[in-house]
Amino acid sequence: MTDERQNWTIVIRNRSGWLDIDLKELWRYRDLILLFVRRDFVTLYKQTILGPAWFLVQPLFSTLVFTVVFGRIAKIPTDGLPQPLFYMSAIVAWNYFASCLTATSNTLIANAGIFGKVYFPRLTVPLSVVITNLLTFIIQFAVFLCLLLFFYLRGAAIKPNALIFFVPFLILQMGVLGLGFGVLVSSLTTKYRDFSFFVSFGVQLWMYATPIVYPLSQIPERWQWLYALNPMAAVIGAFRYAFLGAGSVRPLHLVTSLAVTVVVLIFSIMLFRRVEKKFMDTI
Amino acid sequence: MSQIAIKIEGVSKEYRLGIIGQRMLYRDLQSWWARKRGKEDPNAMVGSQQPARITGNDRFLALNDVSMEIKQGETVGIIGRNGAGKSTLLKILSRVTAPTRGVIRLNGRVASLLEVGTGFHPELTGRENVFLNGAVLGMNRGEIGRKFDEIVSFSGVERFIDTPVKRYSSGMLVRLAFAVAAHLEPEILLVDEVLAVGDAEFQKKCLGKMGDVAKEGRTIVFVSHNMAAIRDLCERVVVLDEGRVVIDGTSEEGLRRYLSQKTIENALATADEIESRMEGVILRKNPHIRFIGIDLLDTTGYPRQSFYSDEPVRIKIAFRCHQVVHNMRISVFLTDERDNMLLYALQVDDPEMIGLFRRLDEGTYETYCEIPPNLLGEQTFFVSVHLEYPKTEHLVVPKILKFDVRFQGYNGIHINYPAFFHPQLRWQAQKVNSSSEQAV
Repeated sequence: MTDERQNWTIVIRNRSGWLDIDLKELWRYRDLILLFVRRDFVTLYKQTILGPAWFLVQPLFSTLVFTVVFGRIAKIPTDGLPQPLFYMSAIVAWNYFASCLTATSNTLIANAGIFGKVYFPRLTVPLSVVITNLLTFIIQFAVFLCLLLFFYLRGAAIKPNALIFFVPFLILQMGVLGLGFGVLVSSLTTKYRDFSFFVSFGVQLWMYATPIVYPLSQIPERWQWLYALNPMAAVIGAFRYAFLGAGSVRPLHLVTSLAVTVVVLIFSIMLFRRVEKKFMDTI
Repeated sequence: MSQIAIKIEGVSKEYRLGIIGQRMLYRDLQSWWARKRGKEDPNAMVGSQQPARITGNDRFLALNDVSMEIKQGETVGIIGRNGAGKSTLLKILSRVTAPTRGVIRLNGRVASLLEVGTGFHPELTGRENVFLNGAVLGMNRGEIGRKFDEIVSFSGVERFIDTPVKRYSSGMLVRLAFAVAAHLEPEILLVDEVLAVGDAEFQKKCLGKMGDVAKEGRTIVFVSHNMAAIRDLCERVVVLDEGRVVIDGTSEEGLRRYLSQKTIENALATADEIESRMEGVILRKNPHIRFIGIDLLDTTGYPRQSFYSDEPVRIKIAFRCHQVVHNMRISVFLTDERDNMLLYALQVDDPEMIGLFRRLDEGTYETYCEIPPNLLGEQTFFVSVHLEYPKTEHLVVPKILKFDVRFQGYNGIHINYPAFFHPQLRWQAQKVNSSSEQAV
């Protein structure tokens, strides 16, 4: 009666293969991703007095505090760079990564209500978060560029260089890393809520394990190999170097960082895809 | 020969008991450590009142080997008691969760109305929410743009479309949300109880829209407790019980079988339920009298199925006279499970009723029969009601409702036997002889 070879649009079964990332479906839902971005951006600062000015206040104040605490009081060297520029370059970049990670890490739990009622590719939510944060990053990045220009015109010893052309890749890598780790944590929190507590202070610890308030050159040579394991160290280093022209960029670190990024992304998305099918039963 | 739209093959859904809710890593480590030392798991489920569908090892089958084929253009109603697996099936069909075993194949775009308004954000305007909600449900921006005007006029909130929806009344919100969902135009539409929202007029509009969708040759799977809606909309009914398909047939036959086997679980019987169980002398054309509803209420007017022995049980009988009726009789029977007659009461036992019921004009009426407190024992009682217009019609509704009585005891003494009646009777006692005389 029925043709067994009938073309089925959707086949629902318990498990599909590990490598089941349906990019075509994600592409079909691209409008949804953009609408999520729009929603998050529009609603983020509604009913706040300063509105989007918060985007500017936050990195400027962090830079001020870092300059006073780590620069003036602790007197941590900055590779001979103006302290505000040294800190702000890293803060802006780190903020993007950290906000991607924390915001995507509660994807499944925070959206359980809507996920429990209607199907759409779950990855649209963390992807939209990464894009929303990119918009925030661009605004903060513009503030950084103004500061850079200010110091440059005053004749500070900074040498923006050809590495600047790689900055878009660095930004992409940070987004991907944030997404990867965030989605990983999100998948794990469906089983163990412990991970959600871990995120906020884990990110803070990670910040100190990354050369943000100190330059890599301050780390003894025999420990520097450790920084090859931290994918963010190389990214921040390269980012800073591109604009300021000081510090150290090690090709090996960049390569391992890239490798870690790719592995984390693939592994976390595979895990996410497995978890998303059934997490509604246990949440 | 029409194509198959949905093919469900041997689908089961197993839930592991005890893993619902939040989990903490240390609890798992604790359980693991306890098992390792051969001790009892401190986090094991406590309690014995587990459902019958536990397959051992704390597993619970919400769906048990369900198979069916639904043809393109068919409207199928899915009914069953609470916990029968209806919602689980719909969740799997809409891909909110995956089955444990079995395969479902779908042909065509699927949209589900598990609950309207998912993804609405209060800060956004109506317009923005229409686009967002449409995208969540699977439409792209072009599609929503084309249907936007139609959606807005269907919802009837044109004037407020650029106002944030947090300023909307709940009725407006539901109308807008349903309007978006109704314009999805998927090949397969899954609907769960959405019609429980909104006012009666809007519900009618929704049902009409669904009827239109069905006429356009789309496939609809409809889960509802609204028997009338299922009968009107669906040509086929599937009854689930304990995770299995127990009835699968045309809606008329399926509903009749379902209602006849259903143990009544409500304190309220609707006109439909009464109609389907009614016996006796019934005039199908030009009826004189008909039931509208029979309810079990407590003293505050709240429907209940369980009463304490020290409170009255009120049985409300609502009926309609389609023409002038003389000397009508209403009687209430209480029986036990095996149809043993326990109690009989007639409304004209009450002298006040005689005059009232001598002549009833056309219209709807309500009568209340009150079973006094401190009469019944701890038992389950079934209520049957008769409505009689002598020599014309005699409507009998056997065992339409049931209720439990919890015996409360008297004077703080709570000695309970499974008797049907345990009234507080008058007793007498006196001393008739002194003990010394007795000894003689």
